[in-house]
Order: sequence, then C-alpha cells, then structure tokens
Amino acid sequence: MSEAMVGFRPLGRQQMAARVARDIPDGWYVNLGIGVPTLVADHIPPDREVVIHSENGLLGMGPAPEAGQIDPWLINAGKQHVTLRPGGSYFHHADSFSMIRGGHLDLCVLGAFEVAANGDIANWAVPNTDGAPAVGGAMDLAVGARRVWVVMEHTTKDGQPRLVERCAYPLTAPGAVTRVYTNLAVIDITQAGFVLREMAPGLDFATLQQRTGAPLHRAP
Amino acid sequence: MIDKFVRSVAEALEGVADGSTVLVGGFGAVGQPNALIEGLIEQGAKDLTVVANNAGTGQVGLARLMLLGRVRKIVCSFPRSAGSVVFEELYKAGRIELEIVPQGTLAERLRAAGAGVPAFFTATAAGTLLAQGKEVRDYNGRPCVLELALPGDVALVEAWRADRWGNLAYRSSGRNFNPIMAMAGKLTVVQTQHVAADPGIDPEIVVTPGIFVDRVVHIPYGDPQG
Repeated sequence: MSEAMVGFRPLGRQQMAARVARDIPDGWYVNLGIGVPTLVADHIPPDREVVIHSENGLLGMGPAPEAGQIDPWLINAGKQHVTLRPGGSYFHHADSFSMIRGGHLDLCVLGAFEVAANGDIANWAVPNTDGAPAVGGAMDLAVGARRVWVVMEHTTKDGQPRLVERCAYPLTAPGAVTRVYTNLAVIDITQAGFVLREMAPGLDFATLQQRTGAPLHRAP
Repeated sequence: MIDKFVRSVAEALEGVADGSTVLVGGFGAVGQPNALIEGLIEQGAKDLTVVANNAGTGQVGLARLMLLGRVRKIVCSFPRSAGSVVFEELYKAGRIELEIVPQGTLAERLRAAGAGVPAFFTATAAGTLLAQGKEVRDYNGRPCVLELALPGDVALVEAWRADRWGNLAYRSSGRNFNPIMAMAGKLTVVQTQHVAADPGIDPEIVVTPGIFVDRVVHIPYGDPQG
C-alpha cells in the first residue's frame, strides 16, 4: 500500500532539511553532518545569520562555489569544495574539535541509522560486516554539541522503524539526541521518551505509532 | 645561523628508522605532504605505524606505502573513504592492523603529545565499542574515557609558506592536522609550497612556531588534486 493511497504525504529530503532549518535561530553556531543535514544550510532563511562549522577547520562555511570559482584548498568535512563567508575563519584540528568537545557549538544536526527513546544514537557502524569501521567526528559531535538533532527517514527501506526502544546498531553516544526530524514527523526526546510535536500532512497518530518502534506520547 | 632548509626530500627523511610511528598531515587530498610520502616510499623504512585521518586513496602515496607492505599498523579516524581500496583489501586479508580513533580524540591525543600531557579523560566514545578495554571515570556527572597521548617519531607536514627558522603558515583547509602533528613529532619534517625570505614570515601570522620544526624542504607541489 503506497503512502499516497493511505492519504498522507511524507516529506522529501529537501523538505526535511527546510523543516530543520526553520527551527535554527539567528546567531547559532551549527555543525551539519553528511547527507540530508548538509542540505539544511541551503534552507536557512536569509534574514538569519547562522555560522556553519566544518570539522576539518572552518567556521563560516558557505555554499558550493560557482562553476569555475573552485578553490582547491577549501574543502569541507565531506571533502566537497566549498566557500567561506565574510567573518569566517580557518583553524587546525585541535581547535576545531575544542569547539565541538568544549561545548561551544549551539547545535549539531546528524543523520542516523537508529535513535532510541532514551536519546541514544547509532550512526557510525553497521553490525556484522567485514569492512573496516570508520567513525570520523561523529562521536565527538554527539557528546560535544550543546544540542544534537537527528534528521532521517522514519523507517528503513523495508519498513522497519528507525525510532526504537533500544538501538541494535553500535552506539555513537548514549543519551545525546533531543529532537528527531523525519519524513513523517518532528519528535522530541524527553524523560518520558518520544514526544510527538508535528506530523506530515494527512498522517494520523495511529499510523505514525505503527511505524515507530517505541511508544509515542502526544505533546502536552 | 639557523637554517632548517635541506636541499632534497632524501635529506629531509634521512634517519627515519624501521618501526617508526609516522604522523602524516592532511585531510583528504588537502594539506597532505605528498612529496614526503613519496620520499618515504623511496627511503625504505618499514614496519611503520602510520597516523593519519584517512587511509590513502588509489594506488599512490599512503596507499602505495601500504601496498608495498611497509605499514604494520594505521591509526585513523576515517579509513573508509571513496577510493581506499588498498587499505580495505589489506584489512580484509588481515595484513594490516587498524586502530580506529574518533577524529577529535585523534586531534587531542596529538595535541597532548606535543604539549607533554601523557593522557586525558574525554566524554567522546564513552558507552561505545571504542571505549572497550579503556579506563572510564565519571567527571561532572558523565562517564569519560582515558585516552593516551599519541607522539610520533616522525611528523610529515605540508605548509603553504616557511622561513629558515621553521616558522610555518598554511593555506585555508590545508591547515587541518598539520600544526598539531608538527608539535607531536620528535623529528618534524616539512614540505613547503613557498619560502619566505628573511626576515621570514610576519610573526603575527605564524601558525606553527619554528621550535616545533626540524627540517624544511621547498617543494612547489601545486594545488591538491581531487
């Protein structure tokens, strides 16, 4: 049964990114993970100045350069060519991760495989593979930023919930996430567990609960 | 008179011993000391422990050093980059040891080594697989993992500009791991794109003070590729 047949419209990747961007206030210092989180930068309303941090040593990261304007020395943590905005700066890795681990970032937006009702996040390793693990800055960001929000699909490709009671994938950090944006909903993580803030247009609570691996609480 | 410039890559790498721990700067292709890595391939030291953020790409540079069987172990935060085929094959075949380290912990372990701090506690990795076998203590109500300083016998660094005192400046995201590796190396070797003639780099913009640097070789290597 397609989503259209049950009468609701899940958000696309750009819409998810735009939904996250709407909640980021003027003046925040923010790190964006790879994937949908990276797209958030393109949706920050023009009347807000949000300073984007990139772990490899940039503050004030701007969008991808125009064709023919690439600076081969200027890349982001995803190793894509980027630009620097006025007021930006360059620094080495120990300073960059001091910003992260020292609690100086207002927000980090990460992708994830799973988020648990207690705020645990799993986003770096897949169980039972023979490939080498790769962690990058995920664990530093998850414990270091003042707030950690996750943006991800609500379920896996075969319909399994990604919002779960306890993570089955290896943890990136315990108890780190306070809000999750999915293609179906915006959900806060509180002492009570998952608290529903918002649903995709046309979606009802029972259907959303069915696709979520732990109890959903209605916002008071 | 102090002059840390040497005439060739071979001279810059003289004395690198078998079994050395080699710190290699760079993040992706940017700020990576390619001429020194190629020089290390020529130089012949083996049984190396390489510390780098990434595990090499294609068949050149670090990947070639690994392919030649000269690297016993790699200490790395993100070995699984696109094109890290040599590392992946050696790893799956059990022919290279991997120590996976969160990127911030890697940076801090290097900084600590340069600063004479033998070990430190951090919340990063607490409660995860990467904390297994490590001492954990609670500080400020959260569990923290004991991590050790990570000194190098040799550090290979790429600078944008250097002067004869070994003062260094970098170019944009080419800075990355280079300054902290320069601090953490017992023998710090630099390849520089440009030379600042006397009176040297403006002291207000020196990023790595020359005290951390032993040898500098002028290699106008050009822009990072890829």
